[in-house]
Amino acid sequence: MPLAFAFSQQPIDTAAARDELLRDPAAGGYVSFEGWVREFNEGRQVLRLEYEAFEQLALKEGARIVEAALRRFPIRHAHCIHRVGSLDLGELAVWVGVSAEHRGEAFEACRFIIDEVKHRVPIWKKEYYRDGDSGWVNCEHCAAAPRHLHSH
Amino acid sequence: MKIHVQYFALLREQAQRSQEEVDTRATTPAVLFAELKERHAFSLAPGQLKVAINGEFGAWDQALAAGDTVVFIPPVAGG
Repeated sequence: MPLAFAFSQQPIDTAAARDELLRDPAAGGYVSFEGWVREFNEGRQVLRLEYEAFEQLALKEGARIVEAALRRFPIRHAHCIHRVGSLDLGELAVWVGVSAEHRGEAFEACRFIIDEVKHRVPIWKKEYYRDGDSGWVNCEHCAAAPRHLHSH
Repeated sequence: MKIHVQYFALLREQAQRSQEEVDTRATTPAVLFAELKERHAFSLAPGQLKVAINGEFGAWDQALAAGDTVVFIPPVAGG
């Protein structure tokens, strides 16, 4: 199996990632989540994004999340791939895939992994806006709006 | 003592560098961050950050040793 959590500088090959999960004949179902670069965030028109990661720690924390999902839910396999670098609108930013004997656990584990990745893994997103401005999501307005503090 | 500091995202931009060797008398990440916030005019408060020491999450009051690598982690935004 590939790494439980990985970064990719290149577009994510979802077909290959899916095939890795489906090699197990005990799996009766597969659920995936794809996070895409969205045109509007909090009312501002986004042109592109840059993702940056503290990879040394992010790889460990991402793997711990996938391992936690494997312990917590009766699933067969799970895998998450996150892009880094510059992304355009509509590009795939993050992919999570989970295979299980039954669909219920696959959905739950997939949701768990993406929620924890967004919350805990040291990855940052800079948005470039149509009006020429740019900003680090959850960072630029922290002082004014502490409600953003570590809650995503 | 000398501490190696790495910067990411907003802190990297505000420090205008991705890493530096700091010669400091700070013995904890909390004191070290206060020193660096002053030097680089960081906009983020320590309460908004987490800290990593030598590639693993650490505590603000953990004792630093010469040669440690410290990273201050701004609010994350993966996904």
